Amino acid sequence: MNSVFVYIELEGRTPAEVSLELLTKGRELATTLGVKLEAVVLGHGLDGIEKELQHYGADVVWVADDKELAPFRTLPHTSILCGLIEQEQPQIALFGATSIGRDFAPRVSAALKSGLTADCTELVIGDHADAKGNEYKNLLYQIRPAFGGNIIATIVNPERRPQMATVREGVMKREHAKGHGPAEVKAIDYKKWLRGEDLVVKIIDRHIEAREVDLKAAPVIVAGGYGVGSRDNFKLLYELAEMLGGEVGASRAAVDAGFTEHCRQIGQTGVTVRPHLYIACGISGQIQHTAGMDGSSMVISIDKDPDAPIHKIADYAIVGDMNEVLPKMVKYYKQNSK
Amino acid sequence: MKKLNIVVLAKQVPDTRNVGKDAMTAEGTVNRAALAAIFNPEDLNALEMALALKSQIPGTTVHVLTMGPERAEEILRDSIFRGADGGTLLSGREFAGADTLATSYALTCALKKLNPDLVVAGRQAIDGDTAQVGPQVAGKMDLPQVTYAEEVVEIKESTLVIKRRLERGVETVECPVPAVITVNGTAPDCRPKNARRVMRYKNMPLTVWGAADVDPDMDQLGLNGSPTKVKKIENVVFRAKECKRMTGTDTEIEGMMKELIASHTIG
Repeated sequence: MNSVFVYIELEGRTPAEVSLELLTKGRELATTLGVKLEAVVLGHGLDGIEKELQHYGADVVWVADDKELAPFRTLPHTSILCGLIEQEQPQIALFGATSIGRDFAPRVSAALKSGLTADCTELVIGDHADAKGNEYKNLLYQIRPAFGGNIIATIVNPERRPQMATVREGVMKREHAKGHGPAEVKAIDYKKWLRGEDLVVKIIDRHIEAREVDLKAAPVIVAGGYGVGSRDNFKLLYELAEMLGGEVGASRAAVDAGFTEHCRQIGQTGVTVRPHLYIACGISGQIQHTAGMDGSSMVISIDKDPDAPIHKIADYAIVGDMNEVLPKMVKYYKQNSK
Repeated sequence: MKKLNIVVLAKQVPDTRNVGKDAMTAEGTVNRAALAAIFNPEDLNALEMALALKSQIPGTTVHVLTMGPERAEEILRDSIFRGADGGTLLSGREFAGADTLATSYALTCALKKLNPDLVVAGRQAIDGDTAQVGPQVAGKMDLPQVTYAEEVVEIKESTLVIKRRLERGVETVECPVPAVITVNGTAPDCRPKNARRVMRYKNMPLTVWGAADVDPDMDQLGLNGSPTKVKKIENVVFRAKECKRMTGTDTEIEGMMKELIASHTIG
């Protein structure tokens, strides 16, 4: 039966977080479909790479190990993955919506003429009937926000295979597959697909920074929007976040206004977070933003506008000025915490 | 480097960043008419990169290609006012309903007629945020691609040295031409319209191509050529939830902080 493929992105020689999240989701899809979950790893120095991947439920780990394959370059990875997909005919292929996945998954889809849905927030197996009365069993429902996040669309690829989707980091949960046995390692016979012209782009220099701001791991996020008003006012957010052991996040409008750095952006075009506590300050709560935080366990909204949509998803909705409310939160936290 | 024939891919998009209250109808659906149509922001960064190359490589021309309804001509004219040499609009109902793959196929058909040495596009459009069309065009043209470009660092005899902005860093690559480059929003902003060019070119005719002009395989165009189908659209409705509303008095805030501490939400 046609399997589920997950392309494994590497950071050095370590599988990226998003790839492990995709394996977890892929495991669920493969089990529903009754097929194998197969991981594809293209890189260099990959001995033992299957060990981590099998924990997340991979049945098969396809490996191509060559110095030309690391660091990632578009053309060699595209040619090899297209070759492998044509050989193995998976029904589904998943990629991280990262600098790498968003670079080459579209190229793979163009070569295979298969459909690709970007930035899915949910992936589910289901049936489909089209307007002409054709019925399809067990398609991949690719669910994503569209039109600036004002609508949620369910996309299907009825005819072409594989059904391809990208998913951002932090959107899916990562979980070990309990009681899963060792994966079978298969070497990819990649040389027959790698063309000389795939190596024309040369990497001259590369600086990958360690992640400084880790919003996804933060238990508490204090986020600011355009309503915070200035870069200076953001200091109040940093003060509260530090005290609560959290991080500072921002809406796109606040980042665009230069109040804080882009790496702190939460929402559809930024990071998706699900902290224990999310404190939204001066954020009106448009869906572009809330799509990235509505999985938070608890939400406090602080905004002067009583009609701001953010108040509707909050557990504590404070209609007021954050410049007054935040210092009070600091004060009463200090008085009441041990 | 010898003179380049550069084609910039651009798109006119609804301004989804400024979805105001009137942008949603009473039924909660999107009121598209209430959204302004703008030049996709990163396509302006792409246009600037192309115009900068034009000023550095003598004889280079910059032509802008877009696909869309008739009014999308606005961004072509805008491009010419900013310094582009010409523009082509790809328009017609055959192209309608295209997903990214069918869009990139249509653009590729037009590009083959324009025969560029370099294709420059914005990284992504704000109405879809997919970032797929650039790489798909590169794939269909069988050209190397450089995505997330921020700056052309050096122009060599037959290659360009380009700095790319990745999620967590930068990478500098050397890429031969012809190639497809997609430009990141962190690249320099586009130069403004030039008043003399506005006077001179405000009535300049633009090229409009229909499907028949670009010799396509009709099965790969528009809705028919789109492997992805929309199964369902849901308008986003905010979920109702039990909520404590307050105005931020001391008593309220102290009560809230005590509850959060008691529930171990904060330590």
